[in-house]
Amino acid sequence: MNTINQSGWRPTTPETGEGSTGTFTGNRALMLEEALIFEIGSTETTGVEVAEPANVETRLGGLARNTPIGLPGLSEPETVRHYTRLSRQNYAIDLGLFPLGSCTMKHNPRLNEKMARLPGFADVHPLQPVDTVQGALGVINELAVWLIELTGMHGVAMTPKAGAHGELCGILCIKAALEAKGEGHRKVILVPESAHGTNPATAAFAGYTVEDIPATAEGRVDVEALKARLGPDVAGVMITNPNTCGLFEREMRTISDAVHAAGGFVYCDGANFNAIVGRVRPGDLGIDAMHINLHKTFSTPHGGGGPGSGPVVLSKALSPYGPLPFTERHADGHITLVEEETVGDRHPHSFGRMCAFNGQMGMFTRALTYILSHGADGLRQVAEDSVLNANYILRSLEDTLDAPFAASGPCMHEAIFSDDGLPEGFSTIDIAKGLIDEGYHPMTMYFPLVVHGAMLVEPTETESKAALDQFIGALRSVAERAKAGDESLRSAPHFAPRRRLDETLAARKPVLVWKDPELAQAAE
Amino acid sequence: MRYLPLTQPDREAMLATIGAKTIDDLFVDVPAIAQLDGPIRDLPMHASELAVERHMTALARKNLTAGEAPFFLGCGAYRHHVPASVDHLIQRGEFLTAYTPYQPEIAQGTLQMLFEFQTQVARLLGTDVANASMYDGSTACWEAIGMARRITKRGKAILSGGLHPHYVSVAKTMAKYTGDHLESSLPTLSAETDIDSLIAAIDDDTSCVVVQYPDILGRIADLRPLADAAHAKKALLIAVVTEPVALGALKSPGEMDADIVVGEGQSIGVGLQFGGPYVGLMGCKEKYVRQMPGRFCGETVDAEGKRGFVLTLSTREQHIRREKATSNICTNSGLCALAFSIHMTLLGEAGLRALAATNHAGAVAAAERLGKVPGVELVNDAFFNEFTLKLSKEARPVVRALADKGILAGVSLGRLYPGADGLANGLVVAVTETTTSEDVETLDSALEEALA
Amino acid sequence: MRYFTEDHEWVDVDGDIGTVGITDYAQGQLGDIVFVDVPEEGKTVTKGDEAAVVESVKAASDVYTPVSGTVIEGNAELADNPGLVNEDADGEGWFFKLTLSDPSELEGLMDEAKYDAFVAKL
Repeated sequence: MNTINQSGWRPTTPETGEGSTGTFTGNRALMLEEALIFEIGSTETTGVEVAEPANVETRLGGLARNTPIGLPGLSEPETVRHYTRLSRQNYAIDLGLFPLGSCTMKHNPRLNEKMARLPGFADVHPLQPVDTVQGALGVINELAVWLIELTGMHGVAMTPKAGAHGELCGILCIKAALEAKGEGHRKVILVPESAHGTNPATAAFAGYTVEDIPATAEGRVDVEALKARLGPDVAGVMITNPNTCGLFEREMRTISDAVHAAGGFVYCDGANFNAIVGRVRPGDLGIDAMHINLHKTFSTPHGGGGPGSGPVVLSKALSPYGPLPFTERHADGHITLVEEETVGDRHPHSFGRMCAFNGQMGMFTRALTYILSHGADGLRQVAEDSVLNANYILRSLEDTLDAPFAASGPCMHEAIFSDDGLPEGFSTIDIAKGLIDEGYHPMTMYFPLVVHGAMLVEPTETESKAALDQFIGALRSVAERAKAGDESLRSAPHFAPRRRLDETLAARKPVLVWKDPELAQAAE
Repeated sequence: MRYLPLTQPDREAMLATIGAKTIDDLFVDVPAIAQLDGPIRDLPMHASELAVERHMTALARKNLTAGEAPFFLGCGAYRHHVPASVDHLIQRGEFLTAYTPYQPEIAQGTLQMLFEFQTQVARLLGTDVANASMYDGSTACWEAIGMARRITKRGKAILSGGLHPHYVSVAKTMAKYTGDHLESSLPTLSAETDIDSLIAAIDDDTSCVVVQYPDILGRIADLRPLADAAHAKKALLIAVVTEPVALGALKSPGEMDADIVVGEGQSIGVGLQFGGPYVGLMGCKEKYVRQMPGRFCGETVDAEGKRGFVLTLSTREQHIRREKATSNICTNSGLCALAFSIHMTLLGEAGLRALAATNHAGAVAAAERLGKVPGVELVNDAFFNEFTLKLSKEARPVVRALADKGILAGVSLGRLYPGADGLANGLVVAVTETTTSEDVETLDSALEEALA
Repeated sequence: MRYFTEDHEWVDVDGDIGTVGITDYAQGQLGDIVFVDVPEEGKTVTKGDEAAVVESVKAASDVYTPVSGTVIEGNAELADNPGLVNEDADGEGWFFKLTLSDPSELEGLMDEAKYDAFVAKL
């Protein structure tokens, strides 16, 4: 077998036992159980009023639907109650700190939401004549300029729909650039072992073979090993900086220079830009492409899993290959959209189109609102406070949890701990689940793979000192319980809306849609 | 600044705890030459809410909104009325500011919602299962082609001429890297779709046929013969639905034996937003579920035997499979999936059917009226809420001229297919429940004038 | 006679038929197994090729064939009951059987004593 299980995470079926709710409803005061819409709704009920359709002869080509769909409806009060109850079973930034390394769970300002909902942005169609949407194009263009200035790069591709989509964009620009130079035979991309899973997945999709670059004992890229591997078959490297251990790659410039000298390109994963925004321009470190997660550094909401937005800043060498469409501001201030029609003479080397329409406009308005609010000075303070907060946590807990890189210097915006020192039978997952009972979402667990049982903590700059102190106290308490062999941690959480869930069952016998139990019984 | 809770005394106390003199000590690993000595000079400094609002509002005012004009654009994004509750509910902090539900014990809100969403989508599309959403319809479409390649182990995909040209462009871009060979063609300004030529083109090298339903010109065709022809050659049928409200009136592609159905869910709950964020729908037959990209939510029980939900089948995904993943996709379109699901719940089946009936009736009335304008010919026999008019002159300049008069007259085929002379006189018009008869009258007179 | 690889596969040889599985140590490292993808009858494999995939909830691993040959049977039991690999990795949880095309390849593999010593050092 290859890499049997690098992360060390070995989930097993949790032991079932009798619950003791003791109420008729199954509710526990404000913790309210809620059934599925399929169990409480009906296909006849509706919460909207639709005007009576005019009496016309239909023209559906004989394909009118004549079987039931099976979509339950609820009245408005029932709908509001259903989703309000569901929402209360979620942890969220609005409730408390998310120590999620690599995710940058910062406060999502409500001004962003207000601006995104202005009808001038929310109620315009992507295919309207450009003269009727100069304001929308203006937002995209203005944000593009900010991103270029903040990163010190030459151009930017705005359309990728999320970070991973942006990674794909960057790698495809690199591929196009190499092919244009007659270097299309380069088939290898080097990726650190500590990289996020999207990096090798992206490179593999683009047709590259992925090779690992080892890390040093200090948690950084082994530059000598990297240089030794460079050669005429290497298309480039994908580096995260600061890296996934929360450390700045000091030799980034050396790496970039070496890769360029060997004829390759440097892709930078910008997930950790929050640590350096306004203080460091990645362009000064020689990178060729970097995606920016607007839902991380630039505060657009995570929304329970998306939508994201992943614009990609590009060097001068790569800009000609960026995807369509993009905005262009002319001398008279008029903005046009460069699409397939104008690609011939204006942007002949574009590698193509990544998605329909113009990109995540709703996230652009939010991100621009945030950027204007902070300004260049505020963004710089964001980076400083995020680094300060992470170091405060690192130094406050390094006596309690093993911090593998703490001795060699400060961390950046996130601190990493390992499960070294936890007694037999206790692992990172028990610390994480114990934190849930303390009222927190767990930290990032078992990532990056280069640290055993990794716990990656990123508080972000929007946490107050009091919030940090409380979190530190909670994590210390849980860690100490683990070290004292407190068995109750192994079955934590005890107080959440659900206890540990049987993920084994969910994967062995996937149930992905609701089936009416009466129909299922009848079928048997 | 209002988003930064730390005070100067806080910072000093924390630096003392850390044992650093200044914040610069914590940036010691960054080479001095790479550090900026102060805020980037050419950029503006921080601003109050009031100032930012003024700036953004001024930009917003420079757009002609769909609500301010007679509005007839479709072609992959549709204007529908979204009930007021939807936007309020998605702005609850526990939905808006929640993370991906990797810690299921404290994310049952998101997970139960996703389970309901998956079920609603599967039923709407007529598939056995559906995932927790993709970025949008166009990326779901190219991922489906990739899925067909993995399943059939063949490399030739046939794309209908009626597939949205942006979706075709995306598929072609991605095919350069997957090695898929794509066959595509332009649509023709006729009432018939290209189903027959698609059937004729399927051979033993075909991985899939991709057809849009209703298509880019609004035409509708029975997909069953196409499904049968594909299956006879062991190829897959992929159906693309860019207007899901249509499925409140039409047979679903799943019912017609499509193997993979993808779509754009924007019409339900999400709003136009100048093109994004949208929500990709993706469903398939049970036997193909392990080849699907994206997230899945599955039902299970917790340690006390209570029903609960978790993300499952994760080993297809990038964070585990890395370079062998089914896709590199990491996010879904969570908040938009929530909006879709809430709107769908408010509609219910009865409401969706009524909405679809209203859309269709409005479109039929408008098509009949506009088809009578001198210089205008209705191309479609069948359609749902979108149809194509053939004008007596090039449509794109007509659209621009009408826009100058404050009328958003639809999408010219010249905009979507630049350089295709045979399509240059085509204008695609969408009519929804938000379109009034006054709007149609206005378009009627304006077209008559423009074509005189 | 059972032979072991450093990648935690075992092969039991009986005449020219080999049965391949993963070791008990490996199943313990993976946690609950949720899915196994076994090779089809008739597939030819070369020593070191990816022959099967084993998945737990949070990990997926390729299983390499320790020897070259032609697959005669994949363990159909594992489709409905992947947990068999956890319960009895050394026995009922076998992955596939094949006819060996080159028995001399066995010489490079470890015996049980050597494998146990190898695991002890991990």
